Amino acid sequence: MLDCGLDMTSTLNFLPLPLVQSPRLSNLPGWSLKDGNAFLDKELKECSGHVFVDSVPEFCLPETELIDLSTVDVILISNYHCMMALPYITEHTGFTGTVYATEPTVQIGRLLMEELVNFIERVPKAQSASLWKNKDIQRLLPSPLKDAVEVSTWRRCYTMQEVNSALSKIQLVGYSQKIELFGAVQVTPLSSGYALGSSNWIIQSHYEKVSYVSGSSLLTTHPQPMDQASLKNSDVLVLTGLTQIPTANPDGMVGEFCSNLALTVRNGGNVLVPCYPSGVIYDLLECLYQYIDSAGLSNIPFYFISPVANSSLEFSQIFAEWLCHNKQTKVYLPEPPFPHAELIQTNKLKHYPSLHGDFSSDFRQPCVVFTGHPSLRFGDVVHFMELWGKSSLNTVIFTEPDFSYLEALAPYQPLAMKCIYCPIDTRLNFIQVSKLLKEVQPLHVVCPEQYTQPPPAQSHRMDLMIDCQPPAMSYRRAEVLALPFKRRYEKIEIMPELADSLVPMEIKPGISLATVSAVLHTKDNKHVLQPPPRPTQPTGGKKRKRASDDIPDCKVLKPLLSGSIPVEQFVQALEKVSAFKYPSSSSLFSLEQHGFSDIKVEDTAKGHIVLLQEAETLIQIEEDSTHIICDNDEMLRVRLRDLVLKFLQKF
Amino acid sequence: MPEIRVTPLGAGQDVGRSCILVSIGGKNVMLDCGMHMGFNDDRRFPDFSYITRNGRLTDFLDCVIISHFHLDHCGALPYFSEMVGYDGPIYMTHPTQAICPILLEDYRKIAVDKKGEANFFTSQMIKDCMKKVVAVHLHQTVQVDDELEIKAYYAGHVLGAAMFQIKVGSESVVYTGDYNMTPDRHLGAAWIDKCRPNLLITESTYATTIRDSKRCRERDFLKKVHEAVERGGKVLIPVFALGRAQELCILLETFWERMNLKAPIYFSTGLTEKANHYYKLFITWTNQKIRKTFVQRNMFEFKHIKAFDRAFADNPGPMVVFATPGMLHAGQSLQIFRKWAGNEKNMVIMPGYCVQGTVGHKILSGQRKLEMEGRQVLEVKMQVEYMSFRVSCYMPANGETVTLPTSPSIPVGISLGLLKREMAQGLLPDAKKPRLLHGTLIMKDSNFRLVSSEQALKELGLAEHQLRFTCRVHLHDPRKEQETAVRVYSHLKSVLKEHCVQHLPDGSVTVESILIQAAAHSEDPGTKVLLVSWTYQDEELGSHLTSLLKKGLPQAAS
Repeated sequence: MLDCGLDMTSTLNFLPLPLVQSPRLSNLPGWSLKDGNAFLDKELKECSGHVFVDSVPEFCLPETELIDLSTVDVILISNYHCMMALPYITEHTGFTGTVYATEPTVQIGRLLMEELVNFIERVPKAQSASLWKNKDIQRLLPSPLKDAVEVSTWRRCYTMQEVNSALSKIQLVGYSQKIELFGAVQVTPLSSGYALGSSNWIIQSHYEKVSYVSGSSLLTTHPQPMDQASLKNSDVLVLTGLTQIPTANPDGMVGEFCSNLALTVRNGGNVLVPCYPSGVIYDLLECLYQYIDSAGLSNIPFYFISPVANSSLEFSQIFAEWLCHNKQTKVYLPEPPFPHAELIQTNKLKHYPSLHGDFSSDFRQPCVVFTGHPSLRFGDVVHFMELWGKSSLNTVIFTEPDFSYLEALAPYQPLAMKCIYCPIDTRLNFIQVSKLLKEVQPLHVVCPEQYTQPPPAQSHRMDLMIDCQPPAMSYRRAEVLALPFKRRYEKIEIMPELADSLVPMEIKPGISLATVSAVLHTKDNKHVLQPPPRPTQPTGGKKRKRASDDIPDCKVLKPLLSGSIPVEQFVQALEKVSAFKYPSSSSLFSLEQHGFSDIKVEDTAKGHIVLLQEAETLIQIEEDSTHIICDNDEMLRVRLRDLVLKFLQKF
Repeated sequence: MPEIRVTPLGAGQDVGRSCILVSIGGKNVMLDCGMHMGFNDDRRFPDFSYITRNGRLTDFLDCVIISHFHLDHCGALPYFSEMVGYDGPIYMTHPTQAICPILLEDYRKIAVDKKGEANFFTSQMIKDCMKKVVAVHLHQTVQVDDELEIKAYYAGHVLGAAMFQIKVGSESVVYTGDYNMTPDRHLGAAWIDKCRPNLLITESTYATTIRDSKRCRERDFLKKVHEAVERGGKVLIPVFALGRAQELCILLETFWERMNLKAPIYFSTGLTEKANHYYKLFITWTNQKIRKTFVQRNMFEFKHIKAFDRAFADNPGPMVVFATPGMLHAGQSLQIFRKWAGNEKNMVIMPGYCVQGTVGHKILSGQRKLEMEGRQVLEVKMQVEYMSFRVSCYMPANGETVTLPTSPSIPVGISLGLLKREMAQGLLPDAKKPRLLHGTLIMKDSNFRLVSSEQALKELGLAEHQLRFTCRVHLHDPRKEQETAVRVYSHLKSVLKEHCVQHLPDGSVTVESILIQAAAHSEDPGTKVLLVSWTYQDEELGSHLTSLLKKGLPQAAS
């Protein structure tokens, strides 16, 4: 199974979970049907023309109905964002396999999960709405609730115990590490350049290679650059995790982010940055580190609020080997690779586990707050939205591309605060994809259906789709796709003793053949050829066996023959004494000690007939066949056979 | 016969100069490039003339692998690459790559600046040498070239120490360098796959038993320090910046914490402080416990150990100071030593080996009156202690080659059709019978493929030549041919239970693919002729059938 991501956009349909009781949210009117029927008013609330579910937020899981997950042997994780559904899969589906991921992926993935669990568990909500999920009722609801898919499979957040158990099933791997799976295939993670420890995967046998490219970046940010060379010679390249905002240039967005931030703060307003606790935030902090002095923001406090803020900042500094070259060089000095260490040291950046506690006493305005969750449905960000939303001096800047900012803001409307949308998504855009594909040259490309056509909102932008030859094969949810290659070969080991016994002959210049008759041993999907056992000598003294037992136990396969018999040479050989040396005692044909003297050759339409008159034996020789017709004289037959074989090649 | 050859170029019977040449599958790999602290002459570095007398190092060697940053494993590297001349790749782990140049520079300063040695490598040479280094991750399979691959495993000896698997085709060597099998205060235990190498090259080992004795020495060390501090004395511990220093720092830090001691511990600023930074930044290379707790408490952020200022040396009362360099031959450690040597309450603990001629060596060999510069004589009244955590190793003599014959198997591609056909047969009830696989190996350049004979013929555009036999078997049977055929059929049917015997509508009998027809004899009506016909591929059965029929048919139970 490739990746195990969680669709969190489902939470946008829910009301935010405020950290402190919010009179506004708790006083929202219940929603009623057009006919005035209000039986759903406990579950659904209306806010500025949108309807929200008033319940513990729920997540949309990966498809679990289509396949039996207990038959999945291995899950490969490409980056920490793509493992958020792991506890649902490893804990509740009968899955007993192994999950492979890099160390930073696991550590940061743990932080993301920890934060999520914490955000949801610290504001327990009594209500769990389920009535609206009824198919007949859902039909009656307004969009987007009406169109939400698979609502019956939506689940509440997992617990920390489930997270720990899920993570304990992960096997840590390093880039370019070759991992043998059951002797059948080898998987290898490669740097994908998108996030700390993010990987693309190669899945290969000795003769076939599939590359899984998911969430890759060619931009230079903090992670190790993408390893493109190792993706070459792929039979199939599965391409996913492209940028969600193909029209936005990340560099430009960072610039806009900085200038909007500075503008707001200078005017005495506060800036709210809803974000994940790891990833782009490191780059943003690095930009601000370079920017704040020149922009005169040295005295503005920066707050990073997350239950895992401290861990995230600390972890970022210890993954030297997973960082880009520049950052690695810093570690060699030795200096912390990220400048946020200095921001913390100089008290410009402060981090808190939550807005309760120390933060409330340290809190100074105007300020900049980085906090989660980017969906604006839970976490400390909900509080800041409520707190700052009423003033037009304040600004919320969206940098995470996973959620539509308008939908995220919907339950906070009407809003006086400025909203800036600066999505920073460093993953591949379509121009970079075509460059990559040109470089890597896979035989086939497989990708989600969305990438094979322009985005619905910009249907004229033919440049916003994957363009390759042959055209990419596309897949969509719950659809089975057969990959376009046929397996023809597998590796087998020839043991040295057997190899020594092989007699190669050159058939054509540069091509040699050797007939192999050997014993096949197969264990753990590894095949080995060993020399055949020596034929056991038949013991003459033994009790006479029944006729049926005389058939050889171990049938030695006879080779195929090829070539043709030159009649003249064949007859000459028949006439020669040396070709027919009978043991004198065993032969009726004492004459044959001197060869056959009565050979007659007749020409036929297709070849020749060689006649041994006295022996009443007839040999039909044609281009591609030889037929020996004789009396029941085994000795003679064997001798004739051996002579024929001398002229033929064996396969 | 293929073979693996191993030639030590460096390590003699004592510590130092680790350098081993391994030839495997036509590739030459140099393992470590150490120097010997005890010599000031040619013997200091490994003897590369073993290679260079036949040509350039770069032409001969496919790569160099450094196991860890101790100088007896990497100290000769700049000499080797810049002075003898090697431009190929040098592989080591990230922490080794970070720390190695610092130790080399340290070593160079002592050798050149303090001892005035000539013909030594320069700072620039160290930099140039490090440019040839390729850093490897743990467990990363590094493809040095198409055939040679190497893989690093955690060795737990010092920060960044690694064991290496060197593999060419199906032959492999594992080189452990120094490794520890049990986790210690700051590092984890060595770990490696079940990789079944042809050859294991292992060096001085800190096995479990030795670790126990190390525990004793640690206790001993703590006791000595504690006693000295209790009686109000000052303790000087001359160290080199990395490795031992961190281990002892952690040891003292935890001891201070446990015993609630108040005496200050200092480490000389500069290198050691820097070194602690390395441990902090490469925390993923330390043991599980440190890694797990580093967010709450970084083991290398010491509470009790503070940076040293030279003025502190004159402070009254007890203290412990770690100072560089380790052999008391110069710098801060020597300065402090001169200040404290006269007081019998004080103590100096030498945690490592000292080169002849250094103050460290002199006091360790019992000298108590030292002549300093300016004819000044320093009387050593302080306690002098030696503790070595090092275990020496034994190796074959330098230049002596060990040859290990190997017999690698040959990997070829087998067509899946052939393999599946054979494997399906192997699933028959009696699995004990050896299953024979028959096929044709096609060798074209270096491409080896095993295919079915039919496919081989087809690929080469050759036609199959059919070889068929027909034997006449005379039977005494006055009945009609058809009846004879029926008798033959029922006889064979009863005898050949394991074969498919059929009586066809045209009167002929088949056993598998073998055709039997009955015909009248041209002269003798009491005799019938059975024509038994088979192909070469079914020869066994055909010939068996004829001999069976020759014995005649049983009398029909009429």
